[in-house]
Amino acid sequence: MDVARRAVGWSAALAALLVTVVVVSAGIGPVRIPPAEVLKVVLNALVVPAGIEAGSRDAGTLTLPTLSVVYSSPFAFPVDDVHRRIVMSVRLPRILLAAIVGFALAAAGTVMQGFFRNPMADPSIIGVSSGAAVGAVGFIVLPVSLSATVALPLIGAVDIGVSHGAGVSLFAFIGALAAAFGVYAIATRHGRTPVATLLLAGVAVQTFLGAVISYLQLQAGESLRRIVAWLMGHLSAASWSDVAVTAVLVPPLFIVLLVYARDLNVLLLGEEEAQGLGIEVERTKRILLAASALITAAGVAFAGVIGFVGLIIPHMLRLVVGPDHRILLPTAALAGGSFLVAADTLARSGGAEVPVGIVTAAVGAPFFIYLLMSREVHEL
Amino acid sequence: MIAIQDLTVSFGGDPVLSGVDLSIDHGTFVGLVGPNGAGKTTLLRAIKGTITPDNGTISIDGDPVTSLSAREVGRRIASVPQSTTLSFDFPVRNVVEMGRTPHISRFGSHDADDVTAVEEAMVATGVERFADRPITEVSGGERGRVLLARAIAQGTPALLLDEPTASLDVNHAVRTLELVRGFVDDGRTAVAAIHDLEMAARYCETIVLVAGGEVRAVGPPADVFDTASVRACFDAEAFVGANPATGSTAITAYPTTGTNPRRVHVVGTGRPAARAVSRLSAAGHDLSVGPVPEGDVVAGVAADADLPAVRVPPFHRPEGPHVADAVALAAAAEVVIVVGDPAESLRQVVETTTPTVRVSTGFDPADVLAAVASADEDPDAASPSVEES
Repeated sequence: MDVARRAVGWSAALAALLVTVVVVSAGIGPVRIPPAEVLKVVLNALVVPAGIEAGSRDAGTLTLPTLSVVYSSPFAFPVDDVHRRIVMSVRLPRILLAAIVGFALAAAGTVMQGFFRNPMADPSIIGVSSGAAVGAVGFIVLPVSLSATVALPLIGAVDIGVSHGAGVSLFAFIGALAAAFGVYAIATRHGRTPVATLLLAGVAVQTFLGAVISYLQLQAGESLRRIVAWLMGHLSAASWSDVAVTAVLVPPLFIVLLVYARDLNVLLLGEEEAQGLGIEVERTKRILLAASALITAAGVAFAGVIGFVGLIIPHMLRLVVGPDHRILLPTAALAGGSFLVAADTLARSGGAEVPVGIVTAAVGAPFFIYLLMSREVHEL
Repeated sequence: MIAIQDLTVSFGGDPVLSGVDLSIDHGTFVGLVGPNGAGKTTLLRAIKGTITPDNGTISIDGDPVTSLSAREVGRRIASVPQSTTLSFDFPVRNVVEMGRTPHISRFGSHDADDVTAVEEAMVATGVERFADRPITEVSGGERGRVLLARAIAQGTPALLLDEPTASLDVNHAVRTLELVRGFVDDGRTAVAAIHDLEMAARYCETIVLVAGGEVRAVGPPADVFDTASVRACFDAEAFVGANPATGSTAITAYPTTGTNPRRVHVVGTGRPAARAVSRLSAAGHDLSVGPVPEGDVVAGVAADADLPAVRVPPFHRPEGPHVADAVALAAAAEVVIVVGDPAESLRQVVETTTPTVRVSTGFDPADVLAAVASADEDPDAASPSVEES
C-alpha cells in the first residue's frame, strides 16, 4: 500500500538521519574525533551471538550440564584507546539517552495532539511532566532512603539499594504516572472521559503540582541547584543503565502507539463518528493515554523536564509528511530523537554546559512564534 | 431491519424521546421529519448506539444494538453526520477510506475490496474530482458529499443521514437524495432526518413525524402530511397539496395567525383563487369552492384539501344545477370570497345574503384573512385591495 511505502520510506530516511546525527555528535566535544573513527569504535563494540557452548556446573553432588551463548565481535578496527573510552563511556550513553528521550517525547506529543485534536497539545498536557517533577524534586529534598537490608531465605541477608540518581528517576517515573492517573480519574465519569474535561483537569493538576514544586524548592536549601538542573532538563548524568532502562521501556510502548495510529486518524473525526466507524472509543482513548503517559514518563524520569520537543517536532513533521499518523508517528519520533541529540550536542559543546531544556526551548520558542504567524495556526 | 420498542431517552432528567415505537423494514427510505428539537437527531444517535437509552430496546437485524461491538454496528449501519470537525488536512481520499475502518483488522491494511468500495463511493458522489485536495480546503457542500462518500464506502446495509441536504445547493441536494434513493432501490435501508418536507415527501416512502419527543404519525407522505398534522407538529399554518411539477406532496407554510375558523365559500378560478383557497385553508377556515372547471388549479387545490367543490366539466359553462349547488354552499357559509370578476351567469352565487367580499386578483393573502375575519362585523373596515359589496 501507498501509506506503508511512504511510512517505510520516510522512516528509513529519518533513521539514517538519526544515525548520522548520533555519529557526528559522538565526535564533537573537547576532544574531536572524526566520524569514521566513531563508527569504527561503535562497530567494534557490537557483539553478535556466535554459537552455543556446552559446559557443566557443579551443584553439590550433581554436575549439571549447562548451555551458554558465546558472543563474538565481528569487527576489530584499530582505534585509539582514548577515543574508544571517550565515545563508549562518556559520550555514547548520553547521546543514546537523548535519542531515546527525544523519540519518546515526540511520539507522545504526536499522539496527544491527535488525541486532543489540538495542535497546541504536548506530552505534559496530562500532568506527566509536573508529576515527574514533584517526584524527582521530592526525592531530592526529602530524606528518602531506598536502601535496605533484606533477609531472604536460602541466600541470606542482601543489601538492596538504588543509587541516588536512580532514585530520582524512579520517583520521577512514579510521580509522572500518579499525576497522569489522577488527571484521568478526575476527568472520568461513568466510564467516559471527555477530552475537554481531560484537558482542563490536566491544567488544574499541573497548576497544583506547580505550587507543590515551588514550595519544595523553597524548602530545598543546599539541593536547590540540583533541583533547578533537573527541572530544566539535563542529560549530563546519563549512564548505560539509564539507556538500558529506557531502551527496554520505550520501544514496546511505541509499538502500541503505532498499532493504534489508524484509530487515532479516525478519532480526529470526532468521537461519535469514530464510534460509528467501529472504534471502541473509550477503550482506545484509555490505551492511547496510558501508553503516552508511560512513554513520556520514561523520557522525563531520566532527562528531566524537556519542553518543546513534543510540541514542535510533530508540527514540523506534519508540514512535511502530512497528518496521517501511520506516517507521522514514526517519522516524528525519529526526528525527535535527532532533534534532542542535536540540541544536547549544542548544550554540551559550549564553554560551560547549559541544561538541554534551555536549548530546546530557545530553539523551540522562535519556531513556535513562526508557526503562530504562519498559515498553519492561523486557520485553527 | 431496525426495530425500536418503547424507547425513552433523557438528557440530564429532561426527556428528549419518550415511548417511541418504530419498525423500519429492509429496502425502505424513511424520512424523519419534525420541528427543531423534536428529537430526530437523538433518535438517529440512539439507533447507532452512541447514546444509551433510559428505557426500551433498539435492535438491528434482531440483535440489540447495546449488545453489539462498535465494529459490528459499523458493519451494519453507516451514518452521515451534519458536519465534521476534522481540522487536520487529510486528503479527501483518506477521509473516504476511513469509512472502511470497520472492515479492516487491527494489523491488516486496505485490500482490493476496500479500494474498490472507496473508488465507487467517490465516483457515485462526485467526490473523485477533488479526491486529492485536503478536506480543510473544500467547501461546506463538498465536505457534505465527502461524508456521504465515506458512509457509502462503509458498505453497510443501512444508512443514517442527519440533515443530508442542509448544506447543499438545490442541485446537489437532489443528487444526494437520488443517490440515497438508488441505494434503497438496491435493497438497502436509509433513515434520514430531513427538514425540507417536500424533499422528504418526494424521496421517502415512509415518513415518521416526530414532535415533542414522540412519534406522531408514521406512513406514506400523502397520509402523514395534512394541514392538521403540520399545524399540530410545527405550530405553523400550512397548506398541504400536490406539487403540480412532481405530483408529490407540496407543503406551503405561512406564519401562524391564530385565526378563528369560519365557514367560507370561495368563488373564482385560476391561480389567484387557488392562492386564496390555500391561505384560508391553512388558516383553518372551513372552505367550499365553486363552481370551478374540472382541471382548474382551484379544483386541484380543493381536491388536495378535500374541500366540497362544485365542479363543471372542462370547456362547459356552469349550468343550472352547478349554480344551484354553488348558491347552496354560499348561502350556508358565513362569508363568501369572490376572487376577480366572475361571469354574469354566477350572479346568483355572489349575491346571496351571506356577507360577500370581492378581492382583486393581485391581493395580499393577509388581506383575505382580515376580510374573512371582519366581513360581517364592520363592513366599512375593508383593506385597500379588497372591495366590499
